[in-house]
Order: sequence, then C-alpha cells, then structure tokens
Amino acid sequence: MAAIFHEEAGRLTAALVRSLGNFDLAEECVQDALVSALEHWPREGIPRNPGAWLMTTARRKGIDRLRREKRYQEKLADLEEPSMSAPSATLPDERLELIFTCCHPALAREAQVALTLRSVAGLTTPEIARAFLVPEATIAQRLVRAKRKIVDARIPFRVPDREELPERIDQVLAVLYLMFNEGYLGTGRRGASDRDLAAEAEWLTSLLADLMPDEAEVLGLLALMRFHLARAAARFDARGEMILLQHQDRSRWDRRRIDETFAIVGRFVTMRHPGPYQLQALIAGAHADAKSWESTRWPNILLSYDALIAINDSPVVRLNRAIALWHVQGAEQAYIELFRLSEELDQYHLYHATRAELLRALGRADEARAADRRALELTENPAERALLSARLA
Amino acid sequence: MPQYVLMLLEHEDWVDKQSADDKKRAYAEINKWVDDITKKGIMKGGDELQPQRTATTVRRVNGSMKVTEGPFVESKEHVGGFMMIDVPDLDAAIAVAKSWPGGDVEVRPIVVH
Repeated sequence: MAAIFHEEAGRLTAALVRSLGNFDLAEECVQDALVSALEHWPREGIPRNPGAWLMTTARRKGIDRLRREKRYQEKLADLEEPSMSAPSATLPDERLELIFTCCHPALAREAQVALTLRSVAGLTTPEIARAFLVPEATIAQRLVRAKRKIVDARIPFRVPDREELPERIDQVLAVLYLMFNEGYLGTGRRGASDRDLAAEAEWLTSLLADLMPDEAEVLGLLALMRFHLARAAARFDARGEMILLQHQDRSRWDRRRIDETFAIVGRFVTMRHPGPYQLQALIAGAHADAKSWESTRWPNILLSYDALIAINDSPVVRLNRAIALWHVQGAEQAYIELFRLSEELDQYHLYHATRAELLRALGRADEARAADRRALELTENPAERALLSARLA
Repeated sequence: MPQYVLMLLEHEDWVDKQSADDKKRAYAEINKWVDDITKKGIMKGGDELQPQRTATTVRRVNGSMKVTEGPFVESKEHVGGFMMIDVPDLDAAIAVAKSWPGGDVEVRPIVVH
C-alpha cells in the first residue's frame, strides 16, 4: 500500500492542481482520499485500479469541500463534469508539470525542496520537518508562502518551452541533489524511523528519468545517486562511525545495484551530451567498479575532473581533483596543486583534512597533525569529528 | 489577462558616467524594445524616471506627513523606470524581462481585486 501511495500521491495532486488551480485544495483532497483508502483497503482488499479508485475518491472529497465553500462554484462544475468523474486508467500523467512548478526559479530553494517533497512525493509536513530537523511550523510556513506565491504571481503549471528547458532542468536537478545530500550526508544524525531523504530524492529522480528519458543530465544524476546508495551499507561501522571510501569493506557494496547503474551510464554516454552530473557519475562509477582503492582507475577519474573543471570550475572540484592527481602523479605534485587553493578553502574542513593526508604521505607528520586539528575546528558533523579525533589520538 | 509591473533597475552611476554616444545607443535599443512589445500588444504603459537625486519622500511621522529630501531607501541600485505589461503568466513576464536591453529587472504581479 505504501508503494501505491507513493506512486499515486503525486499523480493525483498533479491532476487536481490542474483542474482546481489550487495547491492547498488539491493536497487536502489527496490526503482525504489516502485516509479513506487506509480505512477501506485493509477490509475490502486493494482495488484492481487503485489509481482510479483514489482519483474518484479524491474528486468526491473535493466536491464535498467545494460545496461547503460557495466561492468555488465554477470549480465545482469542473469536478462534476462527467468526463472528469469517470474513473479512467489512462489519466494523463501531469507529474512533470507539477515538478517544474514546484521547482520554479521564482521560489526560494528551500521552498522548492519542501514543496516537491510535499506535492510530488506525498510526504506530510511533519515528515519533511523531521527529515530536515527543523520545527514543523517552519516547514508549514515555507509551504504556505510558496503556494501563495504560485497563485499570486501566477507561476504556470506546465513544462517549460524548449529554450527555457535546460535552465529549468538544472533547477530541478539542483533541488533533487540538495535533497539527496541532505539525506545521504546527514545519516546518523536522524532516527531510523524517519522517511529517508536520500531514498526520496532517488525515487523522484527516477520518476523524472521516466518522464524525460532523453535528458542526459537527469540520467547522470540518477546514476550518481545510485552509485552512492549502492555503497551505503559500508559507510558506517557497527558503532555508527564513518568509514572513508579507501577503508570501506567493498564486499558489502551492492554489486547488483552497481551493475544496473552502469546500464544507465551506458545510456547517457551514448547521448554524447556531457554535463556535470554525468561526469560526477563517471567518477562515482570508477570508484564503485574498483576492487580496491589502489587499483582504482585514477587516470580516468582525473580526466573526468578535468572535464568537470572545464564546465564548472570551483575550488571544491579542484580539491577532489588533487586527490586523483596524488594517485596519478604522486603526493608532491598533488600538494603543489592543493596549495594553490589555500586562500579560497581556508575555512573548509575537508581542505585541511586532505592536506593532512598528503603531508602524512610526504613524511611531514607534525604539519599533518596541525592540519587535522584545523579541520576538527572547522566541522560540527559528529561522524567527521569522530574520524578526525581518531586520527589525532 | 494578469498584469505585471517590470521595475527597471539602474545603477546610480549609469546616467552620469555614460558618454553621449553610448547613451544614444542605449536609448535606441530601449526604444526598439518598447516598439517591439507595443506591437505585440503586451505593453500597457510605463516611463523612465528622473534620477534618484530628484526624489522626495513624504513620510508619515507620528501621524502627520512630513516631507524629506531623498529617496525612500538610499542604495546604489534604484528604480530608473517601470513598465506595465499584460501577459498570461509569470514565465511570460520573465521572458519579457529577459529581453530588456538595460540592467536588472524586478517583476511584480499586480493585485487582482
């Protein structure tokens, strides 16, 4: 039932937003329909076409709500139209329109994230609040403001035109990647019972890949997420402490999932339309494919970083490139590269942690300890703090 | 159709520091842009404003209106003009804003009563 709800909540919301032009009302109707399913299905069994059942119920609930509110008389007529009320298995999937509306650049990034989780993935406001460790009222307010802006500024409910599309897809991918990282990097901070943001982001991205199968960057992001998730079981030890990639037990990686993800890589590579997510997926794939840290195909990773810098230069990408360079050209060369970033990344803990590793490789133990101490000062993430403290002990 | 106001922002130095030729070119572009959206039937009026230094602000202080010298908020960027346009939705308004040959543009929908 959970899987059906996941699949149908966004679809129902999208269809109702289209016919009602109102996010709040659409979501209330969908919630009503899901509650109704929770009452009926366990007793009567899951209907043969659960989507149509939910749609009919949501519409009926919508009509009830509208009757109570006189000012929506015209909308009522829309819902009661026979063409709409007949349950149909071929309901157009308008979730793509919904995704683009939720991730419209006129909305603040945090509002885009909350709205996408709420409307497309069907998470409740308390679930979103728990996932981000913020008060429920904060999320509720973000959602209210975003929906109000959609109505007042008339943010359209549609897939952008061809010329707008690349920029708008970037927006959607940025929202999904932020959601994923929040879940993936935050593991350990959260209780096990909470909805997993990384899994939600992966689900949303695979939905987007189904809806837009020809977009290489969408596939790139999906592959990137799946390579990370395939390694998730090896990321923490029994006490919940983080294990770095080079020390992970690779037999615990999900081999089947890695192989399946390489099929996605094959798809986007043949499209010949490279982009930052695809390049990051190639890097993650090279790690996932290696039998050991030492036998990783570092020259390939270095090439991917060079391409990434050509598209999207940033000090953090250069920091990661320096690690690849270490394994291709040696610690000396990597240290020289790293040193060039000293000003821009002075406040970034991973810069100092990486510097510490290179200094150790170069036999400069005292300087390495100083760099580790600096890294420790700069991070509050408990898993990373534990790791750095262990190095210093 | 819903209406939007495009608030055309300009840098305080722009008017003073441009050469006469540059200014002429800029105005030619702007006039072309205005003609263009007028022909499309989108344009509902608008104008260029005199620079910020000409501004006078009337403030309500303790219940009475007091005249003060200068703009409402002093800043490097200010509203140098405005256009009212008539388009179906925010994306259409953004497309018009993107075609503006001048500086930054704030897009604000008009309240429908």
